[in-house]
Amino acid sequence: MSNTKNWPLWEVFIRSKNGLNHKHVGSLHASDSEMALENARDVYTRRQEGISIWVVESKNISASDPKINDEMFDPAADKVYRHPTFYNLPDELKHM
Amino acid sequence: MTTIDLEEQFMKRVAADEKVEPKDWMPEKYRKTLIRQIAQHAHSEVVGMLPEANYISRAPSLRRKAALLAKIQDEGGHGLYLYCAAETLGVERDTLIEELHSGKAKYSSIFNYPTLSWADMGAIGWLVDGAAILNQVPLCKCSYGPYARAMVRVCKEESFHQRQGYEILLTLCNGSADQKQMAQDSLNRWWWPSLMMFGPSDADSTNSEYSMKTKIKRFSNDELRQKFVDATKPQADILGLTIPDPDLKFNEQTRHWEYGEIDWEEFHNVVQGNGVCNKIRLRERNEAWDNGKWVREAATAYAEKREQRKNESKQVA
Repeated sequence: MSNTKNWPLWEVFIRSKNGLNHKHVGSLHASDSEMALENARDVYTRRQEGISIWVVESKNISASDPKINDEMFDPAADKVYRHPTFYNLPDELKHM
Repeated sequence: MTTIDLEEQFMKRVAADEKVEPKDWMPEKYRKTLIRQIAQHAHSEVVGMLPEANYISRAPSLRRKAALLAKIQDEGGHGLYLYCAAETLGVERDTLIEELHSGKAKYSSIFNYPTLSWADMGAIGWLVDGAAILNQVPLCKCSYGPYARAMVRVCKEESFHQRQGYEILLTLCNGSADQKQMAQDSLNRWWWPSLMMFGPSDADSTNSEYSMKTKIKRFSNDELRQKFVDATKPQADILGLTIPDPDLKFNEQTRHWEYGEIDWEEFHNVVQGNGVCNKIRLRERNEAWDNGKWVREAATAYAEKREQRKNESKQVA
């Protein structure tokens, strides 16, 4: 049964108000998701920082590897035509 | 890439003020330095709750009691932010707690001094939290991302700690002669330990150079200590209290307050475990941990049982 091992680690995401997305604020340990939500309330919203909390067990997050950042994000590097400023338009054209 | 190349690249990135994140390559020394510093910082928050705890039931009014409770709860929270930041470097929470409880890890020596009167709640908020803020504000720009982000949260919350402490002393100083004397006595006892909070003088600080080079630290111990003295002297004047340093004098040229010799022997003694309260603090931490064991176990058992029931009901359906 249970020993003194750490409770699982949870990542905490908080929506500060409607209209904004949930943002990662930190992590905490809890035995289950219910306790994780309650602890997140006590640790991360003591001053009304949020109106909605998500908790995700850290082990369920897959993260990209910074060592391969070059290959990973290379495809976006040479596609300036994806940006509006790439296109040459006459100055008379005020708003577009 | 060889380790030497990686290290060179790392130093360049840090020099260019780029942030380091958990999965990035980092030199072992950087990782170890950070783990030690963040863990010490976390332990200080947690042990720092103990000298104040006695005064929750002794607060002179409901207003003071609510504020003190909120402050202590913040300190627990700050400890948690910091433990989480340390864990991103690959160390286990239980290992950190064990190191604190066995006496292997250090925490700020200031918490090994006793709290003898209600005025000490004021002096701790004003001086100890004031010194902590000066230490922590530059850490918001620390090169390690998770530590810097934790510090931003801590600093936002900490300013009320200092203000509530100063208000306690202000009230005492505007009270009876006995109350004012209580405030003066408290300043007399906390002043020098507060100066020691910034650590050994630059010439004797063994870890400083690497921390400055890798931008974990941005100001030296002596620079921060000077800032503290300069900021605190006028605050003491407003209270009408005297800083217990006969050598304290303003230097017109440098525009700084010069202070007397710090008793480094006392500092090293307390660091080595011989302060008035070192033993009681560790004993109380260990008792709290041991007495909470059944709660941790019960919560784990409950979570396991619920998980099992969920799986069983899935099989039936």
